[in-house]
Amino acid sequence: MKTDPAGVLTGAHYLDGDFACGEGAMAAGCRFVAGYPITPSTEVVERISRRFPMMGGTFIQMEDELASMAAVVGASWTGTKCLTVTSGPGFSLMMENIGLAAMMETPCVVVDVQRGGPSTGLPTMVGQADMMQARWGSHGDYELIALCPQSPQEAFDLMIDAFNLSEIYRIPVMFMMDECVGHMTEKVVIPEADQIEIVPRKLTSQTPEEFLPYRVNGGYVPEFARAGDGYRFHTTGLTHNEHGYPVMSAECQEQNVRRLIYKIRDNADQIVRFEDDGVDGADIVLVTYGITARVAQMAMEMAREQGVKVGMMRLIIAWPFPEKRIKELAGKIKAFVVPEVNYGQMVLEVQRCAEGLAPAVLVSHGGGGVHEPETIVEAIMGAAK
Amino acid sequence: MSTVSEQTAVESTESKVEHPIAPYLRMDRMPHIWCPTCGIGTVVKCYATALGEAGVDLDKVAIVSGIGCTGRVAGYMNLDAFHTTHGRAIPFATGLKLGRPELLVTVFSGDGDLVGIGGNHFIHTARRNMDLLVILVNNFIYGMTGGQNAPTTPLTAKTSTMPYGNFENPFNLPHLAASCGASYVARWTCLHTRRLTKSFKEALGRKGFRFIEVIAPCSTLYARLNRLGTGFELMRFYHDNAEIRHDADLNDVAIDFQGKIVCGKFVDEERPTFIDLMHAHYERTLGDKYRPMPPEGGWIHE
Repeated sequence: MKTDPAGVLTGAHYLDGDFACGEGAMAAGCRFVAGYPITPSTEVVERISRRFPMMGGTFIQMEDELASMAAVVGASWTGTKCLTVTSGPGFSLMMENIGLAAMMETPCVVVDVQRGGPSTGLPTMVGQADMMQARWGSHGDYELIALCPQSPQEAFDLMIDAFNLSEIYRIPVMFMMDECVGHMTEKVVIPEADQIEIVPRKLTSQTPEEFLPYRVNGGYVPEFARAGDGYRFHTTGLTHNEHGYPVMSAECQEQNVRRLIYKIRDNADQIVRFEDDGVDGADIVLVTYGITARVAQMAMEMAREQGVKVGMMRLIIAWPFPEKRIKELAGKIKAFVVPEVNYGQMVLEVQRCAEGLAPAVLVSHGGGGVHEPETIVEAIMGAAK
Repeated sequence: MSTVSEQTAVESTESKVEHPIAPYLRMDRMPHIWCPTCGIGTVVKCYATALGEAGVDLDKVAIVSGIGCTGRVAGYMNLDAFHTTHGRAIPFATGLKLGRPELLVTVFSGDGDLVGIGGNHFIHTARRNMDLLVILVNNFIYGMTGGQNAPTTPLTAKTSTMPYGNFENPFNLPHLAASCGASYVARWTCLHTRRLTKSFKEALGRKGFRFIEVIAPCSTLYARLNRLGTGFELMRFYHDNAEIRHDADLNDVAIDFQGKIVCGKFVDEERPTFIDLMHAHYERTLGDKYRPMPPEGGWIHE
């Protein structure tokens, strides 16, 4: 369906990534945001808190990120689309209730504008070191989706996708910005509301007598009932059966958690998203995401001038990871080069999926800045030998 | 023969008569997990009775619990019910209320959950006067994990992690709630079923942050570790030591080990809630441009 025009600021704007991200959320139909201030993400909620009262949205500044994430999960059970926004230290605190959202199958979006870490790290400076935390940060087994915008325009566009994916799969979706993308200002074109397709919360058509909150009839995603519509359902973070009742057994665990995992794994081909640039026939393939993709672009052009056949695969969705594509490329190329603003996170996935058919060379930057293109060129030249 | 026919008669009568609070419970989940003589069931009975007496639309009532023995209450209530993470019932409930303001949201959890791990949320939500009824069952101990020290354990009481007696000062919860801005504050014990029910019913009709502490026996752990006797003896203790003082100075209602338990309704003031203040402020500052979230929520549908 088309989105609510009230949230759409149609036109060409000059916006930073954080503001564009906030505009994307409002355009996607988000009407509840709970957050706690943290650099470099705060501008997202500042933007939203200024515009929300004019579109029927509620923002609340909570006492911490534990509360922010809990409030978002609670509010999502009313059918209202929900968002929270943070950076590394707050992301760590949110992990508890991100796990709850995964277990209760609650649609919501979590923005992490990544800064240097660990701990308080570099509050005002860039990092990309939360990528593994986004995937594995809460305890136990679960799967989710993580997107990585590389520009303010993408911060807007991908936010719509993030909300839609959270609705389709009933999962928390991680929106992995970084400080550079969050704070860079560029042209952002926001379309007319009738050009923005959104996935509304799909409410069950069953009666309260027939309805079971976690019955899937062989499918992956259960139907949803809102709190307050007379369904009187029960949901829990405990392992539960299709009634939403806790059952402490290996059988119920298998039935419950297997579906949480496989609703993403079995649909990974539809979810996985990347962008190729000159990958066919390349000897070297750069695997990049976020701000680093833009630095790597220049490095790729420099290496091409020196006669190296180099292409780039940019991750738009980092989780689920494009396993098949990496394996397919690994059989054809000399090496992958993976620049990241961390000491090696997504490179581990490239290595895993390449299964030894091609090496994956890490070009690390510890954070607080981005790579010099020359550093990446050097790695490309080394790998091409 | 007569014995058999008597039994049959009793059974057939039982099958016809439903417990008065059965419609409020998920009878398909009975029996519950609570120990014999635990006080939580009594509090549930009083709450369910109050829901009936208050005449609220049960389809619009949501209940949220955290983790622990009392954390299981949401799981037994035949309402929209949420069994959430440890300590986060109050912020979860805040989201539910703000996401669909017409809901009547009750938080039902224990002392360790609400004022131990969840203490920060408790004070801030009271400060906001968020529209939630918060029922805290205080058994002075972490029951589900085996009797560890709680932020409510009275001084000198023995717990499994303070085997030589507790030396940490406990919270005085009515004082804490009132000083943070709660608009309704009461305390009862599990013995005061009539007053407790009345208090629940009254609080269901109020707005803002309504806090009701219920002192409940834990004979399996607290009483056993402290050699306080059987469930019956615990109730007799409440009978002999609870003192109703509605006008008590809240500085004086802290609970000492086996000391007086001051009960009553301590605060009942109408004050604007978070939602009232938000509407009034935006109406004043934004005028006609303000578009509040509709009572049924900010959801977008076809």
